[in-house]
Amino acid sequence: MKINTKYHGVMEIAQEEVWYFVNGIPGFLNEKKFILLPLEDNPLFQILQSTETTDLAFVLTNPFYFEKDYDFKVDPGTLDQISLKNEKDVAVMVIVTVKDPFEKSTANLQAPIIFNLANQQAKQMILTQTEYNTKQYIFKKLPASKG
Amino acid sequence: MLVLTRKNGESIKIGEEIEITVVGIKGDQVKIGINAPKHIEVHRKEIYLEIGQENEEASTGIANLLNILPKTEK
Repeated sequence: MKINTKYHGVMEIAQEEVWYFVNGIPGFLNEKKFILLPLEDNPLFQILQSTETTDLAFVLTNPFYFEKDYDFKVDPGTLDQISLKNEKDVAVMVIVTVKDPFEKSTANLQAPIIFNLANQQAKQMILTQTEYNTKQYIFKKLPASKG
Repeated sequence: MLVLTRKNGESIKIGEEIEITVVGIKGDQVKIGINAPKHIEVHRKEIYLEIGQENEEASTGIANLLNILPKTEK
């Protein structure tokens, strides 16, 4: 199917590439279908694009690029909601709030996005009892980044 | 809003599956225990709202996004 995207123009995507956020994500509860798009020449970031709302796209990064000891436990509710049964099926990304200049950008480590690679289901999980917050500066910690 | 008065140790049932118990009262703080099925998410309201706000901020477009993001050295 064809979708309009915020940063990649019109794209042809396959049904099996779609990620299903069964409960939407906080702030956008009706947005349940997204696609992950790479950024050309920039492997540090990906775009999480709504398949239904052209203008809705998030910048994602791998938290372990800049927070090597990032650690949390996926709660039983989340495991259940996305039917995650095997540890090897899990992928974790975090949303970056990009600012200009990039030095002011932050990542939301308090609410990582958990992907179940086995069934294309995903969820933004809110950590409880955590030291991580929604606005963690990342610039200085990214690997070999040029400002 | 339905308002109920409860004492320490007393509970409220919401439907069949949700039970809320007052487990402690100290000064102006009330400690609440919640038993709910796994598909019901329970969060402190201000944290839930903060995550939503951060998502909205993160989704706000930046015109030249692709020029702002740092690139990895090759």
